[in-house]
Amino acid sequence: MNRKPDYLAHAVLLLGVVIFIFPLWVAFAGATQSAAAINRGDISLIPRLAGLKIFITAFGFGNAAKGGVPVWHMLLVSLGMALVIAIGKIVISALSAFAIAFFRFPFRMTAFWLIFITLMLPVEVRIIPTYAVMSDFHLINSFTGLTMPLIASATATLLFRQVFLAIPDELVEAAKLDGAGPMRFFFDILLPVSAPNLAALFVILFVYGWNQYLWPLLVATNGKLDPIVLGIVQMITTDQIPQWNLVMAATILAIIPPVLVVVAMQRWFIGGLTEVDK
Amino acid sequence: MATLELQSLQKTFGATTVLHGIDLALADGEMLVIVGASGCGKSTLLRLVAGLESPSAGRILLDGADITDRDPSRRDIAMVFQNYALYPHMSVFDNMGYGLKLKGLDRATIKSKIEIAAETLGLTPLLARKPRELSGGQRQRVAMGRAIVREPKLFLFDEPLSNLDAKLRVQVRADIRKLQKRLNITSLYVTHDQVEAMTLADRLIVMHQGRAAQIATPIEVFDRPATMYVASFIGEPAMNFCPATITRNGRAAKLDAGPELTFTDGPRTAPDGTAITLGIRAQHATIASGPNSIPLAVEFAEPLGSETLLHGTLPDTTPFILRVTSPAPIDHIIPIEIPPHHIHVFDPTTGTRMDPA
Repeated sequence: MNRKPDYLAHAVLLLGVVIFIFPLWVAFAGATQSAAAINRGDISLIPRLAGLKIFITAFGFGNAAKGGVPVWHMLLVSLGMALVIAIGKIVISALSAFAIAFFRFPFRMTAFWLIFITLMLPVEVRIIPTYAVMSDFHLINSFTGLTMPLIASATATLLFRQVFLAIPDELVEAAKLDGAGPMRFFFDILLPVSAPNLAALFVILFVYGWNQYLWPLLVATNGKLDPIVLGIVQMITTDQIPQWNLVMAATILAIIPPVLVVVAMQRWFIGGLTEVDK
Repeated sequence: MATLELQSLQKTFGATTVLHGIDLALADGEMLVIVGASGCGKSTLLRLVAGLESPSAGRILLDGADITDRDPSRRDIAMVFQNYALYPHMSVFDNMGYGLKLKGLDRATIKSKIEIAAETLGLTPLLARKPRELSGGQRQRVAMGRAIVREPKLFLFDEPLSNLDAKLRVQVRADIRKLQKRLNITSLYVTHDQVEAMTLADRLIVMHQGRAAQIATPIEVFDRPATMYVASFIGEPAMNFCPATITRNGRAAKLDAGPELTFTDGPRTAPDGTAITLGIRAQHATIASGPNSIPLAVEFAEPLGSETLLHGTLPDTTPFILRVTSPAPIDHIIPIEIPPHHIHVFDPTTGTRMDPA
């Protein structure tokens, strides 16, 4: 092994980090400055310590154009939406993948392919029929309407199917001989064994749910169910001069929950990638 | 413990028949080893008994009860898998206790049963560990422990030693035999290793192409192999086969390589001139230059320490292996003799043993 530090590799890594961090830093430093200064165009890269309390103020900052729903409320909506979507997707796709991977039933492959082709129809493509359905069910401006159409997920089903197919047959058979029924096996063996994949998928789906924009824009019209991503955009597009410091503070607040989820889950799924034996 | 009976058990996968009807009866506490080359159907047989596959025809009786269509969990059978199939996320204790927990036993009973089993197998200090923190031999013992803790009617072993290194294998083999004897558990043991089969078995079933070529005790299989396949499969090195013909009204065989050997166990019924195959084990032929000796043209020698294997050919170009214990002078030509009381007579077309009438 080469013990000498690899300066080039580190330089490339550092460059990558700088490129990635810079916009975040601008938002962070900008948030602490006055709106007027930002509008003039002179954002200092050094945060103003006196301006740090903006992050507290931002929690209560409301979007006047849409009934003044405060940022903390939008954050809660986002959190609820992301959690329900991530957990809902995992529950549904783990169960459907379980059925497809472990059971022999008529039209099993038909079911599989039906799930598979929905991959070609993302939310954006089927947005009008989906809206029509939600409207018929009177689910517009409801939390159910906000989350349900985003839950059914072909991607997660396929991922789980692959994970489940990699489980050694002997493990299934050992559980059978131990007297575990299918659901016993699912909860006692399959889910714990797939835990690292579950964690990785949860992170991906949480971020996916958190970042939803188009669907909430359509289905949450009265402001009460605006998630933070939608809220931030609407803060900018009002007729008045935007309060950039508050917008930036809200942006920073908006990225904290997904970052926390990634950090919390990271040990889990890296363990999943490096653990060799099953 | 229990008796096991298989009645003309068959299994076909699509157009291929894997098992052509196996009949077998295991006595209480008997260890029966299923041995054969890969693809002979031995694993399928085990899986049928376990209930992991369902037979195409035939019946399986455990303690007289028909369990052919019974769910594997309700058969009261435990199995040790080749790769052990331990639950990776559970501790050794939980691995062993999982089946008991599903049976609905209370915690205290489970704990005491596990402790007894762990004591038996020397697993007590490992109970809190996860399978990935164990060595191969330890994992194997946990797999055994998981099986014995349930006190099943029948034990199934699917090549449980093939993932261990050679030295450990010998030791674990002896441990398994001791344990099986002590607990007196009726067992079916699948292996492709003939040494393992010979040392472990009360009785052997040698499988060949989905059929039971022979079911007998290890000594009987070795001394009186029923077919040429069994003769070549059991015993190391493989038995030598020499073409010959019946002479003297079935009382002797004339080797194509030269001498005539008188049958010591009685005349065969086949008419004179019938082509037969004589089997002789490498250790039974001797170096001797009598009137009946055959010149063996030695091609190379394999010294094994305590003995040496001489590979060569007889005058009729039949390949022949001779085992000598002393470091023999390896000349190009060695005179050998085949003692008539050590020969096995086979029908070369069917491969079956020809016994005296």
